[in-house]
Formats: sequence, C-alpha cells, structure tokens
Amino acid sequence: MINGILGRKIGMTQIFTEDGTRIPVTVVEAGPVTVVQIKTKAKEGYDGVQVGFIPQPKEKKVNKPMRGHFKDVPPTKTLREFRVSGTEDIEVGQIIDCTIFTEGEKVDLTGKSKGKGFQGVVKRYGFKGGPASHGSQFHRGTGSIGNSASPGRVFRGKRMPGRMGGKRVTIKNLTICKVLPEKNLLLIKGAIPSHNGAVVMIRKVATPA
Amino acid sequence: MIKPLINWVTAPHVRTDLPHIPVGALVRVNYRIREGEKERIQAFEGVVIRKHRGANSTSATFTVRKVTQGFGVERIFPLNSPRIEKVQIKRRGKVRRAKLYYLRALSGKKARLTESKRG
Repeated sequence: MINGILGRKIGMTQIFTEDGTRIPVTVVEAGPVTVVQIKTKAKEGYDGVQVGFIPQPKEKKVNKPMRGHFKDVPPTKTLREFRVSGTEDIEVGQIIDCTIFTEGEKVDLTGKSKGKGFQGVVKRYGFKGGPASHGSQFHRGTGSIGNSASPGRVFRGKRMPGRMGGKRVTIKNLTICKVLPEKNLLLIKGAIPSHNGAVVMIRKVATPA
Repeated sequence: MIKPLINWVTAPHVRTDLPHIPVGALVRVNYRIREGEKERIQAFEGVVIRKHRGANSTSATFTVRKVTQGFGVERIFPLNSPRIEKVQIKRRGKVRRAKLYYLRALSGKKARLTESKRG
C-alpha cells in the first residue's frame, strides 16, 4: 500500500461549516500519480515506490535516458519517491488518486518553503530584539555572539543572519477538511509550506497520535 | 489555471439568495447567534461603511456602523456566512466613496447620508 501522494498547491481560501464557522483551508491538487518504478529490498536495499506527477505532453522535453525510464508509463514532469512497507500489491503503471485519503484524516505534508532572502536574527530565529524607543540604541541587531579569550572562538551552529526559507519543510498532523475526487482536490486545514503551484508530498501520519 | 479551481471549491459556499448590499445603505442584518444550547436571531441595523474582498469570495466581509447611546458601534459580517438569516435594505445612501470611514469622525446631523435615487 502506498501511503502518500504528490500534490500541487493551488492556494488558500476559506470555507464555512454548517454552523457558520469559517475554516481557513489550502487547496491542493493531489494526484493522480502513476507508479514509475518499484524499488525492492533485494535490489536497492529498501522498499520504495517512485511515482510521477503532472503529465509531460511534449516529447522533446523528455531526454533519451528519461525516455528509457518512462518506457512503460507516460512521461511526467515530476518524480518523487515514497517509502513503503511492502511492494507486493504495487505494480508499475498503477494510478493513485486523492481517494486514498478520507475527510477528517490527519496527514504529514512536505514542501519547499518560500525563499525569504538574507534575513536578520529577529525574523530568522525569533530573537527578541531590543526596545524600539526610550533612548535605546539596540533594535534588531544580533547582539553578542560569545565570550572573549575563553573560548576565543564562536561556537559552531551559532544562530546568525543569513539565507532564510527555500528549504524542505515537513508539517505534521494537518487535517484534511474535504476530498473532492471530481477535480482531484484536497482541502487541508491551515497553511502549508511552498508557493502556489509548487509540488508537495502528502503522507498519512507516520506515527498516529 | 489556479484561480478557477479556488472558485470551483468556494462556489457552493457563496450565497446567491442575499440581495446586493451597496456601500452607504441602511441595512438590517438578522444574524443567528448561539447562546449555550439555544440559537436565536439578533438584528443589527446600521449603515454599510465598507465592503471587503469582492462578492463571490468566501472571505468577503462587510462592515455595518451604527451609533448607540452616543457610542459608535461597528460590526463586521462575513458576506457569505450561513449564519446570516436575512439582510434587509431599508434605504440606499448617495455616496461618492467606496469606504465611508469619514462617518466615524462625524456625529449627529452631519453623519447623515442623502438617499440615492438610483435603484
């Protein structure tokens, strides 16, 4: 059994429940994905499934080595891999769609967060910063980064300004509010990493609470 | 490609049974509120001073302002909320702005709007 799917973030909106509560949701176009390759313990050392998402209609965009990889299935723009517990009931060419999820189910979601550029420590690490006024001359600076002659160096891993975002981020225990199989859509409660149009991985929770 | 899918998702949540609510109108909003177990309808009557985020979006809201015992009270309603029982338009005001924030600074006779002759 494959316990995840690939999706494309569409954007955020709100929906109403019957009693009028507003729920913020992210619309994700989830699947259908095609199984492209099965990886087994005997051959690759682990059980996994490589799936393809978003069909690639232009033949010239698929280079020769990839054409060989896609020899049994239609080529896709994206390939990702999911670990599985066993590969017996999976075959190449199998199609998985959003109906593997049910409404109210909890999922883990992985995406690439939006790039924020070079940011200071207040935004990047949530440092408090100093007072804005009352004669204060310390506002959003990094502050002290360590002691003097002992140890005489800055400790490795010291949080300092730098590039923020654009990283792989996993958010756990998100709730699926709605499954809309007609258009392969999932409505996931709350915000998710990645910009609109980016590919995200949605998995059933690894460790149910 | 992106926007139509969001509209498709929100379409069932957009209410088409309510009248068009123009800015500057004097409206009476019957809003369902829950008190413990019981549900009752609360009316709020005042002037629409702002509409926010379009008409067919589920995030759209409108703000109604009234003056009670000398205090200005503003209430923001989600335009497409199922809790809105009814919206009654009592009078249409003639206004030349989309947001009537200037009413907040005015009181008494100055805070009146002349009635619009257009439908």
